[in-house]
Amino acid sequence: MPQIFHHSTNTIARVSIFGAVFILAAIIWAAYEINGSSYVTQAFVPREQPVQFSHKHHVGDDGIDCRYCHTSVEKSSFAGIPPTKTCMNCHSQLFASSDYLAIVRDSWREDKPIVWKRVHDLPDYVYFNHSIHVKKGVGCSTCHGRVDLMPLVYQVASLQMDWCLTCHRNPEKFVRPRDQIYNMEWEPPPDQNTQGRKLVEQYSISNSIVLTRCSICHR
Amino acid sequence: MSRAKKSKGKRQSCGSGRSRPPYCNFAFCLTICCFLFLSCRQDMQNQPRYEPLEQSSFFNDGRSSRQLVAGTVPRGALRENIFQPAAKIGAGRGQIGQAATGQPANSQPGNNQAGNVSAPGAMPAGLNDFPMPVTAETLARGQEQYNISCTPCHGLLGYGDGMVVQRGFPRPPSYHTEQLRSSPNSHYYDVITNGFGRMWNYADQVEPDMRWAVIAYIRALQISQNARLDDVPQDQLKNLRTGGQTR
Repeated sequence: MPQIFHHSTNTIARVSIFGAVFILAAIIWAAYEINGSSYVTQAFVPREQPVQFSHKHHVGDDGIDCRYCHTSVEKSSFAGIPPTKTCMNCHSQLFASSDYLAIVRDSWREDKPIVWKRVHDLPDYVYFNHSIHVKKGVGCSTCHGRVDLMPLVYQVASLQMDWCLTCHRNPEKFVRPRDQIYNMEWEPPPDQNTQGRKLVEQYSISNSIVLTRCSICHR
Repeated sequence: MSRAKKSKGKRQSCGSGRSRPPYCNFAFCLTICCFLFLSCRQDMQNQPRYEPLEQSSFFNDGRSSRQLVAGTVPRGALRENIFQPAAKIGAGRGQIGQAATGQPANSQPGNNQAGNVSAPGAMPAGLNDFPMPVTAETLARGQEQYNISCTPCHGLLGYGDGMVVQRGFPRPPSYHTEQLRSSPNSHYYDVITNGFGRMWNYADQVEPDMRWAVIAYIRALQISQNARLDDVPQDQLKNLRTGGQTR
């Protein structure tokens, strides 16, 4: 009668019995890493846009406030993408014949919207509101990073649920004074925990039990 | 004999023989795990509804939202802005060379000295003609909005030396000329709402009540640049001399 199992099966059997835990752990770890990687989340991947618009130039060099274009960030869930007219406020005069801006001028002349590519796109089952975050002391750069240094905008956060929860569990580690919301250079002070707790109190930010309820974001 | 058997066993491919080596099971499990990953992204991510400004294939112009009909007034805006010239939303694109139409309602109780209105949209000249009381809070709000929307051209102090002007935009007049100091508030409101010269209108970017707050702040700038020491209240004078905070 021929042998059913090869000799090496003994080793394989031993290794898989004792190594099962490690192999399983490795698979879970790999899945976790892949799921959080830029490949899946698109974080740190700059998006090409139809017009070579540089936030670095407009915010960093020219010092234009975020709210000049994103007008509804304090009042609405949506921060607002400016209409072509906002571009033309300045570019009717500046670089008025530049090839880079041909798409903008065409859009203005023909009343056709510029098709910008969306960079931050939350899943549709998430309810997100800009105005409440701004009101409660979450600054732009906390979630969007140093946009004033980005020629092309990219996500700096995974936008995954565990990222949201890092702040919803411990808001005091991230909140800043309201007059610093639009300051791109703001860094947490050394005593952020103390300052943050004061701000949480002052701005009546709910405790982490409330902030991590399912219905806070999924409604 | 056994040697030949061995080598034959090694060459066997997965599942081809009756006797599958155990790593085939392992590979099978791994494949199943891979399939599980496919279910991580579902249609729930992108539901069949439009987000603001999302592109649409339904309408010819590619917009998911319809353009406002000319002359549309937002719900509630008439009541909220009853003291102000009617907002002209969607009245036209680019510069509108008309004066603001509509009537500042001067008959409302609580309205702050808006009498003597001679023409629709025209407000009497003077520093105090605002549709609301001008408080420190109004000025703070006006300063914030001014710094957002106006400083790129008009500069932080209103001399017309903003960053965009330094980049080559035609220089706007300084607020501190005799002509603009004596211009009525209605002129400023009209310019913000309808534009003036190379300045396009800011009706979409600055809401009516913020326009008044901005005007109040411009007035404060004008006072600040022409103030004498006598104008400073006595209780603030000491702070000024010591270089301390005036607030």
